[in-house]
This record gives sequence, structure tokens and C-alpha cells, in this order.
Amino acid sequence: MRMKSLERYTDNPEFEYATSGHRACQGCAEILALRLGLKVFGRDSIIAMATGCMEIISTPLPTTSWRLPWIHVAFENAAAVASGIESGIGILMDKGKIARKDINVIAIAGDGGTSDIGLQALSGAMERGHNFTYICVDNEAYMNTGIQRSSSTPFGAMTTTSPPGKKGIGQATQKKNMPKIAAAHNIPYVATACPSYPFDFLAKIKKAKATKGPAYIHVLSVCPTGWRIPSDQAIHYGRLAVRTGIFPLYEVENGRYRITYSPEPLRPVSEYIKGQGRFRHLTEDLIAEIQDHVNHDWQDLKNHSEMK
Amino acid sequence: MSTKKGMEVSIAASVAAKLARVEAIAAYPITPQTHIVEHLAELVANGELEAAYINVESEHSAMSACVGASATGARTFTSTSSQGMELMHEILFIASGMRLPIVMAAVNRALSSPLSIWGDHSDIMAARDTGWVMVFCENGQEVVDSIIMAFKIAEDRRVLLPMMVNLDGFSLSHVIEPIEFPSQEDVDRFLPPYNPLYTLHPDKPVTMGAYAMPELYTEAKYSQEMAIRNSKSVVKEVMDQFSREFGRTYNLVETYNTEKADTIFMALGSINENIKTAIDSLKEEGKELGLVSLRLFRPFPDAELFEVLKNKKKIVVLERVMPGGAMNGPLFNEMASLVVSNGLNVQLENFIFGLGGRDVEPEELMEVYEQVVSSGKLSHADNKNYGVIGVRS
Repeated sequence: MRMKSLERYTDNPEFEYATSGHRACQGCAEILALRLGLKVFGRDSIIAMATGCMEIISTPLPTTSWRLPWIHVAFENAAAVASGIESGIGILMDKGKIARKDINVIAIAGDGGTSDIGLQALSGAMERGHNFTYICVDNEAYMNTGIQRSSSTPFGAMTTTSPPGKKGIGQATQKKNMPKIAAAHNIPYVATACPSYPFDFLAKIKKAKATKGPAYIHVLSVCPTGWRIPSDQAIHYGRLAVRTGIFPLYEVENGRYRITYSPEPLRPVSEYIKGQGRFRHLTEDLIAEIQDHVNHDWQDLKNHSEMK
Repeated sequence: MSTKKGMEVSIAASVAAKLARVEAIAAYPITPQTHIVEHLAELVANGELEAAYINVESEHSAMSACVGASATGARTFTSTSSQGMELMHEILFIASGMRLPIVMAAVNRALSSPLSIWGDHSDIMAARDTGWVMVFCENGQEVVDSIIMAFKIAEDRRVLLPMMVNLDGFSLSHVIEPIEFPSQEDVDRFLPPYNPLYTLHPDKPVTMGAYAMPELYTEAKYSQEMAIRNSKSVVKEVMDQFSREFGRTYNLVETYNTEKADTIFMALGSINENIKTAIDSLKEEGKELGLVSLRLFRPFPDAELFEVLKNKKKIVVLERVMPGGAMNGPLFNEMASLVVSNGLNVQLENFIFGLGGRDVEPEELMEVYEQVVSSGKLSHADNKNYGVIGVRS
């Protein structure tokens, strides 16, 4: 990406807050999303990160990949830790112990740390109205522990704990709609994003940063390792997820839904599914079932959204 | 000049936190801790205490938010009991491993199942090795003074560890006692503002909570262990300073009638006042019983205990927790370790009492004394190594 284009979102586009030398897999779209997103948040930021891929690839003692204040506490509590940070810096500013300025408090967790084990802490933090941004980097399974299914794993996907077999089709449940759950908290800003659409993503980070109160961004983060695709295909599959309507890009600003990129006419989901190892066992019937689901959900989203 | 005031101990605990000028509180209600967090909420709502109060949705988040707040450099306080302590158990280890001087009032209560809201030490004994400095209180005055001291101990650069102040649920937390409150000026002089070593702030980015590979984990835990071991001298120093400045004496180990007695009872918390009553009654009958009360429980005051106990004949360890399949209760097991490693020639006995709020009267304690002095090593029913006071089998 040309640095010049980034200048619309950040005044210091070349500075890396997530530095090189980390241990992410080749082609990881998750670290790409964070690398880009943090450029928009800028230096006056504090990160609370859940246990997971991004934590484990970045901070083996005594080294760190973060050039921002960063804390990791546990798996299920990034939002609770962020609540404490936001409250802590707030009271210290009120008491004049630290200089008053805008500091972005950012909680980051994977799909497991968000839609499964961290859901309660996140719900509490959103309900309390802390001034923070929560970023869920969703690679659709517990990749860090070896590709186990989460509630964010899509229907039909093979993981090590949702293996297809004589009686199994892979993941037998539908992907939990986490952005909708976040939006149901009536927080000021919710968005979905994907680093395959970097400017859409960066614009949303910019909005989240400017939001007073909780903001939630759900980032589809293609995982070549867990999805069993070639490591140079992450951007490609991110685009296909959006263009097939499997992962629509939209935002919910003060309750108002807006689709930020319309992929219509939708490409058939088979274009997305075929080529991914995690779906290779799917029959045409199951693919048709997924297509029906996507058609329904896309229509549903359109029904209560304003188009771009 | 301070005067005594009749007050519920829970309310007094929150007044102590206010006197310590806590800056961040994250708490979730659980009986019997509730009055502490309710009164703190009131103090904040009335503008009497300038603090961030985070009404979290669970104890797990309470301790997590405390970790976040403390990491920014705010003086942080919370309180819990029982199931709440179990739910935050995971984060207790992390708070101490990250060396964050959070102070918690632990209002000790039984653990389910069966559900019981009443007092015993099941909760804290399950959390005893979480790396927190821990003290136990016998009365409301000790609760107030210990909370103020706890911040000074925890925040000391030589310590930098979280600290728990334990008080028995209901039998201490809900009683009204005459309590002397130090003035704000005196507390401010004793307890200066927290001056943290590292904080989460953009001007000086630091990484907190990194993970350790096998080549560093042992060293990280060893340095933490040295910190809690070495904290004992700081606890003593702070208690001595408190005694000098406020005129109330505190020691790591408290004794009562130990000079004359060969038989010593040992216990934690509010039962010690009942034991003292039993000791006084026995004295009237010409019998001598001593009491050793551990005010400091973590780090374990082994050398101080040895000094008191080295020439004694019988030590009776009284505990408010079931051993859960262990040979004896956890305090007994530590005493056995002390006896063996120092080669003491002493008879050790173990009694379990007061589970789930069961009252133990001084008379029952006197019976235990009679049982112990009138025989050699006791043999208990059902091949247990310990007796259970008042149990109906």
C-alpha cells in the first residue's frame, strides 16, 4: 500500500507500532490488520490484549513487538482489563496525577476470546459505557491452540474438534453473529471490517477512535494455516468472503446500519469455499445450504441498512 | 485526636479504604462482602471519595479491572468472598505475578456445595498460595489498621505485591465494634501517594504480561518468590512504624499467655478472641493454655513461630476448612513442616471447627484443651488425623 494513501488516516503512516520480528505465520492477515489499524490509533494508545495468536507471536520475554503500552492478563478478560485501564487513567487525570489528553484504550482479542470465553467481560464493558475500542480479530477458530472450533467457526468448516466423518459434516452450527450482539448493547459504534479492504477498515478505525464510549470492530482475519490455503492467498480469500456476502462490510452508527461496501451481485459462495482445505469435504448439498443462508442473511442486512 | 466510634466492621473497612485514598475500585457483590462495596459506592456517589468505581459483571472481571487500573498507577482496592474469590482465582496469580499492589479485603466465607453464605476459611485456604501477602484480623480495629498498612506494604518498592486483608464473614464483618479511626492527616503522613515503578502510559511504552519460555519461567517465578519472602521484613517495618505513629502495636505473630503455658492453640482470625476467653477461664481453674495467632499468614512467619514454640510440648492447630482428602488441614501441614525442619520435639494436634458459620463456644475450646492435655497423641474417629469440633456423625 502506498504510504501516501495512508495519510488520510494517520499523520505518521510510516511508523510501525507492531514491529517486524514477530512470529506470526506467513501470510497472517491478523497481524496485518493490527499493523495497519494501530497506525490510525497512533502513539497515544494503550492496548489490552487477550491470550491468543497475536499475544503469543509478539511477546516472548524479554522481547516485545509493541511500540505502544501493552498489557496481557488472561484469555477472557481483555475488555475487563481495558475497563480498569480506562478508569485508571481517567481518575489519574481527574486528580492531576497525569496530564490530561485523549488516550485510546484498545482491547484486542480473537474470536474465541470474544464470542466464547470473553463474551461476558465484553458485554459488561460495553454496558458500562467505557470509552474504548474493542477489536475482535476473527480467524474463525482457536488457531493458537491448533485449530479447534469456536462459536465463530462457520458452518461446515473442518477443525480439529469439528472433524468431518461418517457422522459429522464438520462444524454443525452457524457462526455466532458477534457484531449483532455488540450492536444490541446500543453502543455508539459497531463495524465489520477486513484487511483485504484496507481503506474501509482504516476509515472504521478512525471512526472508532473518535467515538466517545464503546466501539466494537469485528475484523475477519484470514488464517492461511487454519483455513488450509496457500500463504499468499489471505487477501484474496478476504475479498471473496466479502464479495460472496459471507462476510459483509457494514457499520452501525448510533443504531443506524449502513453497508459500507456493496458486493452486489454476490458471487456464488462456492468460489469462496472451493480451494479452502477446511471446506474440502463439503458436498454440493451442504454448499447449497450455505448459499441459502448467505442469501437470507444478506437480504436481512440490506433490509435494515442504508446502502452506501 | 481520634476517638472511638461504634461502627459495623464492614463499614469501617470501607472508611479505611477511603482514608487510604483509594483511586480505583472494581467490585461485584457477594455476601458477606456487600456492605464494604456498598459503602464505598456511597462515598464515591457523595463525593467524599474521589475514585473510579467500576461496577463489573463478575469477580473475574473485578480482579481483571483491578489489574488494569493498578497497571496505570492508580491505587486500587476491591473486596470479595467465597465463590467470588474462586471465580477470580485465575487472576489472583496474575496480579501477584505482574507485581501489582492491589489491596483486597477478603471477607472469608464457606464454599459451595452445599451452598453456605456463612463464614469459614475454605475460600482463602484455596487461594493461600496465589502469591499475595496475607494478614488475618481478629477484630474491627485490626481490619481498619491492616487495610491502611496493606497499601504501604504492597506499594513498597521492595515488595510490589498484592495484599489481602482477611476478616471472618459475619462473625467479624457484620458486628458493630468500637473503632478508633486515625485522622486523614496522620494517614496521609504514614501512607504517601503510590509512586509506581512502571505504568501503562504512552509517554513511556512498556509491555506487561509477556510470556516466558522454559529458559526464563523459573527465574521469573523465583524472583517473585524472593519478593514475597523478603516482604516479611517490610511487613514488620510497617507494623513497627504503625505502632509508633498510631499507638496500636502489631506483630507478625501475636501471643497470649504463651510464657507460662506448655500447650498452645494456633488459629487464624476472629476465633482467637474466643480462645482468649477460654484461656482466661482455664486460668481461673489453675490451668495454663497459650495462644499463637498468625496475623501474617503469607509469607509464613516461620522464624517468629519457632521462637515462640521452640520449648512447647503440645501445639493444637485449629482450622476452619476441611482438608479435602489431605492428611490434615493446610495450617497443620505447614506447622508439621516447621516442626520437622527445625527438629522440634512437640506433639501436634489438628482440629477442624466453625465450618459454614458453625459457632464454637469457649467451653468447647476448653474441652479440646482437656482432651489434649489428658492424653498422648490423640486418635480420632474414622482414621482421621484430625478432630472435628462438634460434628454429628
